[in-house]
Amino acid sequence: MTKFVKSNEAVVMGALYAGCDLYFGYPITPASEIAHGAAKWFPMLGRTFVQAECETASVNMMFGAAGAGRLCMTATSGPGFSLMQEGISYLAGAELPAVIVNVNRAGPGLGNVYPEQSDYTPAVKGGGHGSYQTFTLAPASAQEMFDLTMKAFEMSAKWRTPAVVFADGLQGQMMETVKLPERELPRPDFSAWAAQGEPATRGNLVKSIYLDAAQQEEFNRHLQEKYARMAADAMGEAYLADDAELLIVAFGISGRIARTTAEELRREGVKAGVFRPVTLNPFPREQLAAVAKGRRVMTIELDAGQFADDVRLNLAKAGLGAEAASVKMVHRMGGEVVSVDDAVKAAKEMV
Amino acid sequence: MATIEQKGMYKAFPRSGKNVSFTHYCPGCGHGIINKLIAEACAELGLQDRTIFVDPVGCGVFTYYYWDAAHISAAHGRASAAATGACRARPDAVTIAYQGDGDLGAIGFNNAFQAASRGERFGCIFVNNSLYGMTGGQMAPTTLDGETTTTTPFGRDPALTGHPLHVCEVFAQLKAPVYIARVSVADTRRIMQAKKAIRKVFEIQRDRKGYALLEILAPCPTNFKMDPLKAASFCMNEMEKEFPLGVFRDEEAREPLAVRPVPQASGCHDLFAEKEAVPAAVDDPAVAERRFKFAGYGGQGILSLGLCVAEAARLERRHTLWFPSYGPEQRGGSANCSVVVSGTPIGSPTVDHPDVLVCMNQPAYERFVGDVKRGGTVIVDETVPVKVAPPDGVRLIRWPAIKMAEEFGVPKAANTMMLAALKKFKCTGLSDGNLEKALVASFKKKPALGEKNRELLRQAEAREHS
Repeated sequence: MTKFVKSNEAVVMGALYAGCDLYFGYPITPASEIAHGAAKWFPMLGRTFVQAECETASVNMMFGAAGAGRLCMTATSGPGFSLMQEGISYLAGAELPAVIVNVNRAGPGLGNVYPEQSDYTPAVKGGGHGSYQTFTLAPASAQEMFDLTMKAFEMSAKWRTPAVVFADGLQGQMMETVKLPERELPRPDFSAWAAQGEPATRGNLVKSIYLDAAQQEEFNRHLQEKYARMAADAMGEAYLADDAELLIVAFGISGRIARTTAEELRREGVKAGVFRPVTLNPFPREQLAAVAKGRRVMTIELDAGQFADDVRLNLAKAGLGAEAASVKMVHRMGGEVVSVDDAVKAAKEMV
Repeated sequence: MATIEQKGMYKAFPRSGKNVSFTHYCPGCGHGIINKLIAEACAELGLQDRTIFVDPVGCGVFTYYYWDAAHISAAHGRASAAATGACRARPDAVTIAYQGDGDLGAIGFNNAFQAASRGERFGCIFVNNSLYGMTGGQMAPTTLDGETTTTTPFGRDPALTGHPLHVCEVFAQLKAPVYIARVSVADTRRIMQAKKAIRKVFEIQRDRKGYALLEILAPCPTNFKMDPLKAASFCMNEMEKEFPLGVFRDEEAREPLAVRPVPQASGCHDLFAEKEAVPAAVDDPAVAERRFKFAGYGGQGILSLGLCVAEAARLERRHTLWFPSYGPEQRGGSANCSVVVSGTPIGSPTVDHPDVLVCMNQPAYERFVGDVKRGGTVIVDETVPVKVAPPDGVRLIRWPAIKMAEEFGVPKAANTMMLAALKKFKCTGLSDGNLEKALVASFKKKPALGEKNRELLRQAEAREHS
């Protein structure tokens, strides 16, 4: 079954198929359609929509709902995402599953409502306090807004850490066809640790505090070991990469611009390929290294180079120092989008 | 005599890895008494299995070591937000938030206030000892005029810091709360009253009546820098002058509001499945990608025109993408949208070089005409003066869309007139049948208009064009 939908609405549908029971949100452009869809569809399925008084409230409502053993989510954009960072750290510190969708707008400050990918660092590296990680996914189409939102719930529950669906203002507004799954996912059972107000969960405690330094360190080691294992679920997508001399690395909407750029370059005789990380944390380092080895690397991004730096870091960590040093970036900021013309031109200058 | 476990507390408290049988509270602290009263009320009412305590940051942080129930330890100030989440997630549970005066009165005031205003189904027990305890005796919103704290070393000066915040009195302005009261634990008589009030908070939650706020005045000998007796006396004499005890709201007998019914679906499939399912796109590399841009003023039906072409493409099982104007080009009260139709998965969603440009006004024409691909087509409304020539190799069609729609007596149908031009001059690569089907489908809420527009489309298409 297919449906032609706005990407932001696909997020809500994906969440509902994944078994999300509660939505907490504060409206903000360009993520508001997610709240609109949730306000309509959650109650129609007997689920809960709460309009919070601010993003700080949204994320702490999620803390309570996740702590009570239910799947829950919120959606926001840059400024709201900033406000949520303390709460996301608490979610990670209490090992609670929850999904936060960030439809990135241009910043810093008020910026504007047009697309950027400039929240890369807080969305991928954890923008709050302490040594924690989120499971971060970067959709590039309405289908992925649906699929990766579902995946976010699955990964968040599996790894017991908050998941971030990191989109941008352009794709939030796009309409495309989405294939819907045959059936909804069953609800996970969190009764082993959640405070559900039921006899079986009496005595359960959801907390992020360890007053004793040794215990806090032990907990931190546990988290880091968990995050290291999370790498097994990294995802990336290669396109025309097998014989490429130039590899374009880009995520989300930039990944699609990269695809068209590579096709255009090949028409003009330049062997270009694409690698698109689908998860940004864990970063698909091995998959990238496999296609980047011996190639020049160019990134396309809608930020100031935060992503290019991460590509360099991952290439270097994979032992590809020369490839890391070759990384050049073509980027736009402020809501402007990289054109295929500009990307083609930059690529030709590299080879 | 009842054992400690029968009174709702754990048998031992494993704080810092050691099992101890005493709480962490200082001698004479009100929290210790309040903790005991809460545990007793929860146990006496038989609610331990159903209770979710939401614990604060502050002196109350360790209540999870004491009360035998389920606990969620929230962020500083956010217990009311977390309790909102918990009670919405578990409507059958008894949810109790425990908060202090810096926690609730300062950093988390709005969360507590808004939760009360929404009438969330949890009980909030709010301990007011006139200062931040755990953090080191700083001024709280509830600090008395002239009271010395570590951040008001010369006494609280109302000229600089205002006056004590009366939480109950403020919350009593709200319609939703069922119960709002202030009690004290400074002497035995007051403790007995406090116990009754705490039970009431639990009963209201047990019976799912609604939101309850109970403020409890509590002595803090350590930070008052007084012995326990003097601290209790300060609590009764000074604090009660500012914060009179009493019941500000008691509407326990009130019937809770019934939630208004909304249409229900039996599941995601029931909610989202389309009546006439359109099959997924098929890959066909022989079908060249075609990029469209539609531009004009807001209100000219530009976005619907684009959607109509997108829907026709979808019916034709092409990969299809539609999106409204993006980025700064959106400025200026104009509207535009892009459509990409392809036989293979679509890469870039942006239409930098359209194959087909449809313009309903002059600014749109002048903004985009130079971008059109060689071999492409520009359809522009006849009313637009063509002062800029299209690039070489681009076909220009001036089409009286607005005029025809007016002649037909349906000025709003100018976009349908444009669709007629797209169809007539074979600009879309899509079948006539699907274009018409998509047009009719775009009026699915007003089927009569769909048929009318199909008729207008055919008439417009039949018109001679020079």
